[in-house]
Amino acid sequence: MGPTPHIAVIGGGSTGAGIARDLAMRGLDVTLVEQGNLTHGTTGRMHGLLHSGGRYAVSDQASATECIEENRVLRDIASHCVEMTGGLFVKRPEDSEEYFQQKLSGCEECGIPAEVVSGEEARAMEPHLAKDIDKAISVPDGAIDPFRLVVANAASAQEHGARIETHSKVTDLLVESGEVVGIEVEHDSGPGKRVHGTEGGTEQIRADYVVNATGAWAGRIGDMAGLDIEVRPSKGVMTIMNIRQVDTVINRCRPKGDADIVVPHETTAILGTTDEEVEDPEDYPEEQWEVDMMIDTLSELIPMLEDARTIRSFWGVRPLYEPPDVGSDDPTDITRDFFLLDHDERDDLPGMTSIVGGKFTTYRMMGEQIADHVCGKFGIDADCRTADVPLPGSEDFSVLRDYMDEFGLRSPIGRRSVERLGSRADEVLKTDGPNPTVCECEGVTRAEIHDAIEGSGSDLNAVRIRTRASMGNCQGGFCCHRMASELHSEYDEPVVREAWDELLQERWKGQRHALWGEQLSQAALNYALHATTQNRDQDPADGEPVDFSAFDSGRGQTGGSVDSADVAADGGTDGY
Amino acid sequence: MAIESEVLVIGGGLGGLTSALAAAREGADVRLVSYKQSTLRQASGLVDVLGYTSDGDGPLTDPYEAIPSLPEDHPYRKVGVQTVRDALSLFDDAVPTYEGEHTDTNALLPTHGGSIKPTARYPAGASAGLASDTRDTLLVGIEEMVDFDAPHVAAHLDATGVPFDARGETIRFPGDLRADAKVTRYAKLLDTNSEVAVRGRMVPAREALAQRVNPLLEDEQRVGFPAILGDDNPGAIRDALRDHLGVDVFEVPMGPPSLPGLRLEDALFSALGEAGASIETGNPVVDFDGEDRIEKVFIEKNGAKIPNSADQYVLATGGFVGKGVESDRDGVYEPIFDCHVPHAEDRYDWFEGELFGDHEFARYGVATDDDLRPLDASEHSEFENLRAAGSVLGGYDFAAEKSGSGVSIATGYAAGQRAAQEAR
Repeated sequence: MGPTPHIAVIGGGSTGAGIARDLAMRGLDVTLVEQGNLTHGTTGRMHGLLHSGGRYAVSDQASATECIEENRVLRDIASHCVEMTGGLFVKRPEDSEEYFQQKLSGCEECGIPAEVVSGEEARAMEPHLAKDIDKAISVPDGAIDPFRLVVANAASAQEHGARIETHSKVTDLLVESGEVVGIEVEHDSGPGKRVHGTEGGTEQIRADYVVNATGAWAGRIGDMAGLDIEVRPSKGVMTIMNIRQVDTVINRCRPKGDADIVVPHETTAILGTTDEEVEDPEDYPEEQWEVDMMIDTLSELIPMLEDARTIRSFWGVRPLYEPPDVGSDDPTDITRDFFLLDHDERDDLPGMTSIVGGKFTTYRMMGEQIADHVCGKFGIDADCRTADVPLPGSEDFSVLRDYMDEFGLRSPIGRRSVERLGSRADEVLKTDGPNPTVCECEGVTRAEIHDAIEGSGSDLNAVRIRTRASMGNCQGGFCCHRMASELHSEYDEPVVREAWDELLQERWKGQRHALWGEQLSQAALNYALHATTQNRDQDPADGEPVDFSAFDSGRGQTGGSVDSADVAADGGTDGY
Repeated sequence: MAIESEVLVIGGGLGGLTSALAAAREGADVRLVSYKQSTLRQASGLVDVLGYTSDGDGPLTDPYEAIPSLPEDHPYRKVGVQTVRDALSLFDDAVPTYEGEHTDTNALLPTHGGSIKPTARYPAGASAGLASDTRDTLLVGIEEMVDFDAPHVAAHLDATGVPFDARGETIRFPGDLRADAKVTRYAKLLDTNSEVAVRGRMVPAREALAQRVNPLLEDEQRVGFPAILGDDNPGAIRDALRDHLGVDVFEVPMGPPSLPGLRLEDALFSALGEAGASIETGNPVVDFDGEDRIEKVFIEKNGAKIPNSADQYVLATGGFVGKGVESDRDGVYEPIFDCHVPHAEDRYDWFEGELFGDHEFARYGVATDDDLRPLDASEHSEFENLRAAGSVLGGYDFAAEKSGSGVSIATGYAAGQRAAQEAR
């Protein structure tokens, strides 16, 4: 056997992280590059549904079967990312009985445990369901935290020797003698963890093979080598409510349509979604009607949504792909299956494979097939172990221990920390100093923030997705500056200020689609806290120098005087 | 029979309290009703008048000088500069624990985020912390408190260019407070000066705190703490710490729950009590009777609607934060009297894409005539005996301008005084 092949994986979503973990566990050298944070693209912008397969049980039974298989695997290997809420396909009086029966038999055919419950039973499970719901089919849907899952996959890959580079954008594919031999990346702040304000640089990463796992961005990578990869990005909106109106995934039981699912996710419920083709995965309209439709249509299932508080909305872009000869007009008709495009076979360009299409729930299975494909290229015979070895955090773990006492945490906060951290709770929460709560909405303590900083450098948005800090009701109004302060124990003030500003902007972005009622009051309060109390909008640290000597320096002294020893005489340049 | 008064003020924040105080001092029989905890507990306790123009120029040294150039629909333009001055005189008289009245010039104070902000008045407890004072400064944070990280604040202050050296140190607070104790717990311990265990010995809390700080003090001439130094006896606590440490002591204003905000609320309520006003807190005004004139309002109490009637009314219920202005997906409204609130039809025009953009929502509130009477959509006064004061008013962005307290005090004063004069 020759030297270990080095594989460059492009894309830090679930697919890329899954591939990196799989290849690294099989003993290959792996470098994963991602242009933003892990989950920056589509993965960080999904509704958090762990499919039972029920949604595809009529239209796409192959996908449905894969979903239920992977659903079982993820419950096992990613238990700290999964909440088995169960799911219901509910039928309103106007919805088709025929379709209901098709759904039921479809589930049976695909091996998805399914059971019919009466309207009354469904409302006993979920009291806020509409009074006129006829009946429902109960299936093993669940909720999954995509951030935690991808971070755990990346961590596992790292444990097996992989190199993970976030904030590193691929600027070119290296092609020599008609073969892809590597990638050129532009590091935002130099290789390694991101540090704000540090100068980045270009790096050529030579690889024996390149895997393009960039989803909706796959066409852009292809363009760099003159390849035509026709991804058809399709956007969908998701609207986050401030509480969980339901504790079970609620699907509307009808063929297809917008606004037909509510997923309970951590402290929130996420309403989804729409399906509309867009030209550019980074630049597309985010429209009011989409948010209004979520609320209005899903209120037919859960009437209280009509007047409930939403905290933000976000859009994701599905990396849909279909072979060029199919030609669907409507993106909802495009298959959710995935495609492995070997550019040697397809385009006579050896050295690279792209993976497009597919679903989050089956990310591991996709990773396995890609890893098989890559290993085949090098004649490596190594078994896939990703379905059997738990992810970091999901190892054998008893949640029955009294963590509250042990770590000195108030009970609800302790419980939630331990749920998030899983088997890593010990190593993260055992600190010498006091461990106060930094984010009250989500119950995130100082120890968790520091653990996340260790993993993600100066990037507070990366800390956010690892911990959920600033993702609750107040959307960071009360905790962004605290997170910044925690960062200051590791990084210098200007770095901290830049990371803090970036977090504040990011938090504002999604809230804009929720600004009425309670959330507008909250936004007005946050604005007052950040601008009035902290004066962050006019912070002289970011702006023009201030002539301190021109201002009041205390009783008995007049501003501008230079006679008194206590008055600033050299406070800066003239004027403001 | 309705409960009667000459002037009825709705709202217990800075605008309502000033309004009731001005009316009472004018000799009127005043009643103030408030519902929720006032937004003062969320405010830093600094009393700003104008730190930046509506165009963002600043920090302004002289707020009064800039007022005549503000846009015409700004509340300061409705009441005029002299009223702003008179209103602050009333404030200075009612709240003697505040400083800054010796000059028209704004002061710059450190914020708990590490920036500095311009303000016209500040609590005595913050006065040794002025940023134009050149004395080197030690900031002391509490390990268990995540809202004030002293080394971070000091480094950030340094980046703003302050004319002194700032250094931050973090201590464990003496006594056995839990990791996320509320600020009021720290304040209470210092107020009562209860004994706490320090290395097996019982020491009064103030002395124990000073003992923690003393070894950290180098040649700084002042020491700043987060605003936790007592609720009832802040002056005595600062004096005790100053005596133990040998240097001046100050507080850095904090976010909610804000002790300086609560102390200010207490001071104003007691001034109002002394002026003879009657005060009812904890119950909402839910309805009213009247067409061109408000005849009575109804206060909900234990499920019953209690009528309250007055000759003149002042609406000081706050803005979006205080819920004096509310919204839904279709529009923005004032919930008690349904006074007209001008706003863009499309809710996506209410805000800008940038966090600190020129947000329209920040300026939403009732529009008034020069007598502070709310106007309907066709610019006629809604009710002849209703005036509005404070954040329920539109036409200004208090957060960007740093003008929230000043506008509340000035319009509260004007509305209260005019209501009292008209009730005669």
